[in-house]
Parts: sequence; C-alpha cells; structure tokens
Amino acid sequence: MEKTYYNPSDLKKFTKITEWSEELGNKFFDYYGKVFEEGALTAREKSLIALAVAHVVKCPYCIDAYTKDGLQRGITKEEMMEAVHAGAAIESGATLVHGVQMMNKYEKLSM
Amino acid sequence: MSTQSLHKRANELAKTEKQLEILSNGIFANGELPTFKQKVKKTGLPALRPKQLEVLQINVGYMCNQVCSHCHVDAGPDRKEIMTKETMQQCLDVIKTTKAHTLDLTGGAPEMNPNFRWFVEEASKVGIKDFIVRSNLTIIEANKKYHDLPEFFKKHNVHVVSSMPHWTKGKTDKQRGEGVFNKSIEALKRLNSVGYGMPDSDLKLDLVYNPAGAFLPTDQASMEKDFKKALVDEFGIHFHNLFAITNLPISRFLEYLIASDNYEDYMYSLVEAFNPSAVANVMCTNTISVSWDGWLYDCDFNQMLDLKVNSKVQHISKYNEALLNNRDIVISQHCYGCTAGAGSSCQGTVA
Repeated sequence: MEKTYYNPSDLKKFTKITEWSEELGNKFFDYYGKVFEEGALTAREKSLIALAVAHVVKCPYCIDAYTKDGLQRGITKEEMMEAVHAGAAIESGATLVHGVQMMNKYEKLSM
Repeated sequence: MSTQSLHKRANELAKTEKQLEILSNGIFANGELPTFKQKVKKTGLPALRPKQLEVLQINVGYMCNQVCSHCHVDAGPDRKEIMTKETMQQCLDVIKTTKAHTLDLTGGAPEMNPNFRWFVEEASKVGIKDFIVRSNLTIIEANKKYHDLPEFFKKHNVHVVSSMPHWTKGKTDKQRGEGVFNKSIEALKRLNSVGYGMPDSDLKLDLVYNPAGAFLPTDQASMEKDFKKALVDEFGIHFHNLFAITNLPISRFLEYLIASDNYEDYMYSLVEAFNPSAVANVMCTNTISVSWDGWLYDCDFNQMLDLKVNSKVQHISKYNEALLNNRDIVISQHCYGCTAGAGSSCQGTVA
C-alpha cells in the first residue's frame, strides 16, 4: 500500500482523539458542534466560511468534509468557488500587505 | 450518463441477487460496519413490524420516458414490465376494502401504462382520502397526448408528487437527462395554470428532492424554503411541500456509487447518520407495495430487490390485510437509507 501522510479514511476516525484525552476531546467536539448551529449566521453561511478556511489552512480532511456539507445543503459550485476565492484573496492579501514592510525597510536602508 | 437501463445493458447489477450480495459483503461481512439488523438490535429497538396500514403503493410499470442516473427502479423506455388491466382490477378490488387512507401510484412513468387513465378513473370512484400519482413532470411535455394530464389529474382530485432534484438546470439535467429541467419547468407551469400547487389551492402539488450525487439530503424545511424562493423568483412557479428523499444504494444509484468509487463512503455516511427515532416511522411499517405483476412487498425498494413480503399472502390476488399486518419486515443494508438523519420515505422525512 502506498504510504502517504494523509489518509482519507482517517477523517472517519476523527472522534477517536477523545480516547487519549477525553475531557479536552469532548470539550472540543461540543464546542465544534455548537459553533456550526444556526445562530446570528445561518448554518449555510458557516458552511461556506468553513470551506474557505479549509482551503486557507490547506486541510484536505476539511475540504472533503465541507464540500460534501455544502452539497448536502444545496450550496452551488459557484458559491463554493467564490468562498474559496474569498479565502485565497485574504491569504494573498496577507502576503502582499507585508510588501509595505519590505518597502519600509528598503527605504530605511537606502540613502 | 447511460440512456439504457441496467437490464437492457445486461449489467450484472440488473440481477437482484448481485445487489444483495454487494450489500451484504465487504464492509458489512468483515465487521467494519454493523448490518442493519445488528444496528437495530444494538440500539435496543425491536425488529421492524407493521403498524396500522396507511399507504397502498402500486407500481403500474417500469416503463419511463427518462433514464435517471439515480433511479432505484432501473426504469426507462426499454423496460416492458407493465401492469395488465386484469392485475389493475385485482388492485381495485383491494382498494375498495383496504383500511389504508392513501393510494400512491408510481412507476416508471405511471402515465405510460395504456390503462392508466381507466385505472385512475375507477380508483378515484372509491373515494380514498389521499390519491397520489407520482409524475416525473416531463411526461406531460413528452407527447401531445399527455398535455392534458393536469386537467385529468384535477378532474379526479389527484395529489401530484413530482421529482425535481434542484432548482438549477445543470444539476437537474446531470441526474435526469439533457433537457429535463426546461421540460419540468414547463410542466410545472401547466400544473400551476390549472390550480395545482397554488398557495391556497386544494389541488396538492408536492416536489421530491433527491440529492444529485453521493451525499445525503439536508434539512427538508430549509431545502423547501430555498426551492420555493428560487422557483418563484426565477420562474413564478408555486408548489406546496418538498419531500427530501435519500437515495438508497440499489439499482442504478448503486451502479453510480461503485463506478465513482463512492460506495463505501456513502455506506459509512448512512450508518453514521443512523437515527433511532427514524426507525419507528419508516414507511415499511405503514405501507404495502404492489409490483406491476401483483406481488407484494414491504416497500418500493424491497420490490426492486425482489424481497417479497414475509407472509403466507404474497400476491394481490390473495390479498388479506389482517394476515399481511402480522408479518416481519424484510431488511438488508439498503434500509440504512431510510433511517439516516431525519429519515426518508416516499412522503419525505419521518423523524
């Protein structure tokens, strides 16, 4: 069998993390469940945010999970891709805004 | 997407034994996932038994003008199994005496049975409370001879239940075939124009949503809201209720799951979403399903797997409701489809 760091079937075992630290694991899953309930934001909106973040943090498990979640909620592929772009724009913006730091340092060091 | 049924293609999944073998082997045989029977037992629930009979569902034939990729009937234009007038008469004899309050005609496209209109006329005379015809919508547009179906349904106070996998063209056509979306929209407009589905109308028009892929349906109420908004805003179309139905891993949907390497993940999703409170109300507990050739089943899915009722009475010609109500329901791993999440039945969620 090919060895890889990521195994898609590990996602199904996610809740097993509780076995080695029950209290913290349970607290995390309670929190996680609560976060994604309907609130000031709809569960649908949260699903799209989760999908965008999943891409930014480059978590293959989360991408699988929230693509499926989006399909179940009737979220269209256009909506999903726009969410990914929103995440990507913030991520590249975060890189580019450091360009100001570079410019500042450049100016400071230059005569 | 194939334009032929599994039967026509002589696909091995056309054999029900093959499907049942797949559903019992692999992850269920090696203990990775519990069988449906084990799961029900482990949850502390009793074995499935019928309650009061409420729905008599009659499949008048597997012929259909569409070849949907998720079809659990393996219906299509190439299927020749059609209920005869003689069997219809046997059904009518039962309809006159049944305690069921709902008569549910399905197919295939039931309208393609040459005796469909006669059967509806005769059945409607009995005065059963809720008389459903499951119409695929496009049949209304398929040929001039079907254009008046909305008026025909209205005349006999039929409750129309139609499939509509999504409010966007792309998703609908991918599941149901090229051009299906536009024809469905036209058919819905025709139904609306005679009063079906209008906000205060007694002419009931409900839609059925099946996920277009290897995932489960979401909350029925929120889906209904999204469907209503999209169909009214974009097309001025009205309907009453949306039934969210889970695709069961049999027939052409099973073929799709296997071909797309989604079978195991899908079964995991179904088992993980097992909802004990859905078990008590699954449709096999209040339904008898009749096949085109008069055999009796616990549900339409068991019919397609040729799992006949576990009773001395197995055919409409020998129908005996009291005897039938005293039976064990036949189960296999496809039953997980009806107990996942909010549950699933031909009338939508059950939990």
